[in-house]
Amino acid sequence: MSTTLNPGERPTGYLPEGADINRNIAARRLRGKIWQALFFSSLVIGLLALGTLLYTIIDDSFGYIAVQTKIDPEELSDRPLAELSKEELIEILRANISAGLFRRFDRDEPFSERSKESVLQLIEERVIGREVVASFKLTESLLERERIEATVRERFPRARLEFHSWLNRDFLTRPMSSVPILAGVGNAILGSLWVIAITMILAVPIGILGGVYLEEYASDTWYYRLIETNINNLAGVPSIIYGILGLAVFVRALEPLTSGAAFGVTDSNGRTILSAGLTMALLVLPLMIINAREAIRAVPQSIRQASYGLGATKWQTVWHHVLPNALPGILTGTILSMSRAMGETAPLIVVGASTFVVFFPDSVFDKFTVIPIQIYNWTSQPGSQFRNIAAAAIIVLLVTLLLLNATAILLRNRFKRSY
Amino acid sequence: MEQEARVSIERSAVIPAGTINLRGRRRFGERIIETIVFICGAISIFTTTAIVIVLFQEAWLFFGSPEVDLTEFFSTTTWQPETGRFGIWPLMMSTLITSIIALLVAVPLGLGAAIYLSEYASPTARGYLKPILEVLAGVPTVVYGYFALTFVTPVILQGLLGKENVEIYNMLSAGLTMGIMILPLVASMSEDALSAVPRSLREGSYGLGATRLETSVRVVVPAALSGILAAVIVAMSRAVGETMIVALAAGAGPRFTFNPLQAAETMTGHIARISGGDISYASIQYTSIFAIALVLFFMTLLLNLLSGWVVRRFREVYE
Amino acid sequence: MTVAELSAVDMAQANGRYAVELHNTHIYYGSFRAVKDVSLQIERQRITAFIGPSGCGKSTVLRAINRMNDLIPGSRLEGRILFHGKNIYDPDVDPVEVRRRIGMVFQKPNPFPKSIYDNIMFGPRINGWRGTKAQADELVERALRGAAIWDEVKDKLHQPGTALSGGQQQRLCIARALAVQPEVILMDEPCSALDPISTLKIEELMLELRRNYTIIIVTHNMQQASRVSDYTAFFLMDADRAGQLVEYGPTEQIFTSPNDKRTEDYISGRFG
Ligand SMILES: Nc1ncnc2c1ncn2[C@@H]1O[C@H](COP(=O)(O)OP(=O)(O)OP(=O)(O)O)[C@@H](O)[C@H]1O
Ligand SMILES: [Mg+2]
Repeated sequence: MSTTLNPGERPTGYLPEGADINRNIAARRLRGKIWQALFFSSLVIGLLALGTLLYTIIDDSFGYIAVQTKIDPEELSDRPLAELSKEELIEILRANISAGLFRRFDRDEPFSERSKESVLQLIEERVIGREVVASFKLTESLLERERIEATVRERFPRARLEFHSWLNRDFLTRPMSSVPILAGVGNAILGSLWVIAITMILAVPIGILGGVYLEEYASDTWYYRLIETNINNLAGVPSIIYGILGLAVFVRALEPLTSGAAFGVTDSNGRTILSAGLTMALLVLPLMIINAREAIRAVPQSIRQASYGLGATKWQTVWHHVLPNALPGILTGTILSMSRAMGETAPLIVVGASTFVVFFPDSVFDKFTVIPIQIYNWTSQPGSQFRNIAAAAIIVLLVTLLLLNATAILLRNRFKRSY
Repeated sequence: MEQEARVSIERSAVIPAGTINLRGRRRFGERIIETIVFICGAISIFTTTAIVIVLFQEAWLFFGSPEVDLTEFFSTTTWQPETGRFGIWPLMMSTLITSIIALLVAVPLGLGAAIYLSEYASPTARGYLKPILEVLAGVPTVVYGYFALTFVTPVILQGLLGKENVEIYNMLSAGLTMGIMILPLVASMSEDALSAVPRSLREGSYGLGATRLETSVRVVVPAALSGILAAVIVAMSRAVGETMIVALAAGAGPRFTFNPLQAAETMTGHIARISGGDISYASIQYTSIFAIALVLFFMTLLLNLLSGWVVRRFREVYE
Repeated sequence: MTVAELSAVDMAQANGRYAVELHNTHIYYGSFRAVKDVSLQIERQRITAFIGPSGCGKSTVLRAINRMNDLIPGSRLEGRILFHGKNIYDPDVDPVEVRRRIGMVFQKPNPFPKSIYDNIMFGPRINGWRGTKAQADELVERALRGAAIWDEVKDKLHQPGTALSGGQQQRLCIARALAVQPEVILMDEPCSALDPISTLKIEELMLELRRNYTIIIVTHNMQQASRVSDYTAFFLMDADRAGQLVEYGPTEQIFTSPNDKRTEDYISGRFG
């Protein structure tokens, strides 16, 4: 047969033979090595970026600060201020500020009603006047101590140099302040919790039932396909659009409800925790549905058939068999949605997170701020100390998210079933 | 449940004549539940409808106001609400430039990382690295914004190009950081697509004398192309819609410029800044952000539909 | 000396009797020994069939012959496999070259998701083929004719190879293997996923290819082995589940008067 290829002849072009083969293979091996190195470096660059990000954050969160005070706290009392009673503290305050200012504070909020902490804070702000005049990054604090000392001695002779962790207990519990060293994320943490609670209360049941509809109840009709396509597309809508939606619907159109005016709350507009939570719920809902759906789909058909075989109705099957088996997956999805809601910033800016709230929220009709909003505000402020507290707030946020994610992974592994 | 099962067994033991009714017996409770479940599924339709209505309604007011002209909106290059000039191009251009820079970073690096993970890395290494990528993808974007402003611009860009050449706010920094932010997404989605390519194709390629590189690049990547393309489009849509990085790092004022080292506000950045300030609901600035959002919504919708279409149209079905 | 240099010499003589020789080969997957002490010599331009019950290591031995097992993490080989007198497991031998000279066709057809044309040209292109467009067309045609599928696909060379029927896909894969001009073609149950007519076509094709190629085929189909092969090797698992070569010889003899009782039992269908 002349049609078969004869390995001996070379009728159609030239394939390397003999020594050419070795050269050919050597060249290809070299090319392979080079590209492998390139692929590997892409991965390394990605990880390096993460490393640098973490480094920058930590570098900004700890380090030397140069502190200057108007009065040494030890001159005010021979005992530590924190141990004094409220009355003693009020006396110290009265003795050290002008009478007018004292009266003004009393008018703002009578001293009799103020807490000890609030008086202490006034003393710190007004009397001691602890002022950070310079802050340094962690790396330079560790490596260039002499230079820092020299600089501070020269520029701020009265200042004392101390090592400061911007992330500390006070930072976690204090409300916002315009003075970086006195500022904290206490009310932002509480705000985040409020918003997330509303978000999850709405998104979790609706999301699970939505997943149940798509997997268990829907038949292949046009509206099923519409809903499905729609959910997938919603998951890709930029978050700021949800903010716009929330602004128009919850903040403006439903203002009587979301401001609490309908429930007798005054002095508030629609830019409340409730509006934020509702907006976030809409935002995480597609994610919630998609995850719940995946989890439900992973439940083997045989379990449903066994249930139907015993005469159970559809809902009984779903409630007693499908959902319990899908629970780990649904929980994982819930946690992922939660971390998404935790980190979202843009929609809340649009819905109207307040840039400056000093009080702690105690109802859904309060103005709000959340941790990411604080990070945004502080990052956009001029002045290096705002970067320091922004970094500390980022650590708070990232650690929370990491814990959430770790829980999700743990759940996934713990309940992983092999059918 | 168990109760029911037991009852039915008892019943089957002695069947009184005429008690079995096989006609469909729809329970009332089931009907209610079915309706509730359907409503939960359909709420997404409400969201979409609400988005569309809200955007169109306010944008309609915007285009209806005397200062605004639809052709001018899409054709002129000045956005100055104070002087009543509304040309979307400065915002659009900045969005495009930052997004393209982001893709130039994220696509090659993300794909490279994905190829390494799926074709070269050992299963153990992959087991560690993939979750790290996923965690990276979950870092809130405001954190990346902080990174752009405190590290990428001052240390990298101003360090390399000189302080006088790089503005504090600039599109390059925002774009690069956005690229880093999307990289894990591209890597993770592409890795999924690559590992879905069946082993048999790789074996076929090796059996013909292909090296690992040749197998990866000429067989596996083309076979996973639909998934990879979808990843790229999703990444594009992410970049276009991303807000926090550009709001913090790209600049706070519309400017029509092609120079990535200069500051220029993007569509999302503008929406965030305007709505974050105290604006009156009656002002034209308020309605203008809805017009911008409408354009943004359609841009991302188009990209998302495109990615879905690419996946369906070009998918190779492997059993 | 590398295989390349050897083969050039060898090709000139073209009278070496054996294409591939296995000497005391043991193959491991991790700590599990899948194949124990196999020695056999495969004659040039003949069809050799590997038969035996499932799991006895036929595929493992076959894949060892072109170092496909290298791709499985943890797999390891002891002993020697000679190709043109050179041990292909020597450290200086590149598996890429081995695989170019010893092609492989798999159990399930695995055309690349590319056009038929590109499927055929894939092997030559990566292996440094040089030639004109006309020569490429010629090469594609010859490979497809060689695999007896030319007439069925000549009008749709630029359509995807995955759009063909199972039997056509398998012949496309054979054509793809032919295009790099190997000397030996390994086939691992190439017909198990095919219908009887496609199977018949591939069997005819194998007999055709025997003129120029050495073929080793794994099959579970006794008729197929007796119909097409010149030599037959019978494998069986021993007590610790390691595959062993029980008997090897001309097909006629194995099927009519086997030396080993176990071979006879297997062939007559008494087990396996
Ligand atoms: N990748 C692998 N990893 C570990 N063990 C393997 C692997 N592949 C095969 N084995 C084991 O090696 C032994 C031989 O397998 P092999 O596939 O060679 O058998 P076979 O004779 O081809 O069987 P069949 O006729 O079913 O294809 C079996 O016990 C199998 O479980
Ligand atoms: Mg086998």
